[in-house]
Amino acid sequence: MRKVDFVIIGGGPAGLSAAHKAAEAGLSSVVIERDDKVGGQLVKQTHMFFGSKKQYAKTRGIDIANILIGHCKAHDDLIEIMTNTTVTGLYDDYILTLLTDDVYHKIEAKAILVASGASEKFMLFENNDLPGIYGAGAVQTLMNVYGVLPGEEVVMVGSGNIGLIVSYQLLQAGVRVKMVIEAASQIGGYKVHASKIKRLGVDILTNHTVKRAIGDDTLQKVEIVEVDDQWNMIEGTEKIIECDALCISVGLSPLSTILGMLPVKMKYVGKLGGNVPVIDYHHETTMNNIFVAGDVCGVEEASSAIVEGSIAGLFIANRLGYKHPEYEKEMNDLTQQLENLRSGPFGVKTVEGLRELRGENDV
Amino acid sequence: MKQDDIMVCRCEDVSLKELHQCLDEGYTTFEEVKRILRIGMGPCQGITCGLLVQREIAKYLNLPVHEVKTHQIRPLVTGVKLKTIVEGVKNES
Repeated sequence: MRKVDFVIIGGGPAGLSAAHKAAEAGLSSVVIERDDKVGGQLVKQTHMFFGSKKQYAKTRGIDIANILIGHCKAHDDLIEIMTNTTVTGLYDDYILTLLTDDVYHKIEAKAILVASGASEKFMLFENNDLPGIYGAGAVQTLMNVYGVLPGEEVVMVGSGNIGLIVSYQLLQAGVRVKMVIEAASQIGGYKVHASKIKRLGVDILTNHTVKRAIGDDTLQKVEIVEVDDQWNMIEGTEKIIECDALCISVGLSPLSTILGMLPVKMKYVGKLGGNVPVIDYHHETTMNNIFVAGDVCGVEEASSAIVEGSIAGLFIANRLGYKHPEYEKEMNDLTQQLENLRSGPFGVKTVEGLRELRGENDV
Repeated sequence: MKQDDIMVCRCEDVSLKELHQCLDEGYTTFEEVKRILRIGMGPCQGITCGLLVQREIAKYLNLPVHEVKTHQIRPLVTGVKLKTIVEGVKNES
């Protein structure tokens, strides 16, 4: 069986950043990616990022992906990227079973970083399996990666940043966005994204949700309804909207399937998006040498995934005997970056979620 | 709302009505529901329905969501042909 030092599961922003920092310290790694290309969700993000320059503000997501891939290519003597490869099993003796195309093989690692990202949340309503009902991620993939329009008239569910940004991208692609509906009483995402689509004539209806989808073989209409502050539907407020696509963007939850095969302690923390592994400050789970970074340990943005991946990469390299020449400086800088990213009003949820995860609220 | 038209698990075609019938019969853990309805046993392995089932059980038992256990994940988490596994073993020796 092949034996390596460091395996990274997931070639998104967290995984690539970890591979890069580990390589800078001299540690080799194998990055396992299910898709035929690395870059994760960044490859479908055509918008420019916010934040500070260190996390590539004012750069488009797809370009950030290319920068991160470039960092890894500069260390191609140490970083091996294995695409088209799915982790089919992860065992407590640090052995992974993999499926590359149709070849089944195994690999043993000293340390493993799970950077598997997140998956989209889904909703329960009548006829929620009609063709024409998409997750926002699928819409972005179709439109921005493959150049295929999801429909002609779209209703967007959810006004978080993804819902707002995808609405804008749909408008750019010539799709009519009929409205954005949001169950909460306030718009979830940044005001600047909301203003952009409002200026283009798209209404954002708060306190509204989907009651049912209507259509014979594919989606033809949706019935929306007003909800109260406890999200109960208010009878008599139903409206029928004609559309051929419904885009659901009601949040993400950590993709912890792979971790579920290991005896690591998990905890449900709503503020982090769902079931997350219990971790320490270095992103190590309750199992020695099993680490996590990015959305799998709490849903945030690509910028925090990059920083978390870098921290984990540095720390793991050090653990395995490869100390980065500027370890302390890098670690302090990255820790500071992560704090800055979470210091705004949108970071409160993560900070509170992490406190809950560590049990600091129990005292 | 017509609960038989609300899909909880798209992979295994399980409706909200079927889930509630199962809960009414007294099967109120994820593991039990999974064994009876095959919920979460399809290609996505509960990625889409996991949280939905956890929430429905919580609502039904009037518990906070974090007190409802999710299902146990077991390898293999994706379909692998037996032939492929056999060939994999051959390659190793």
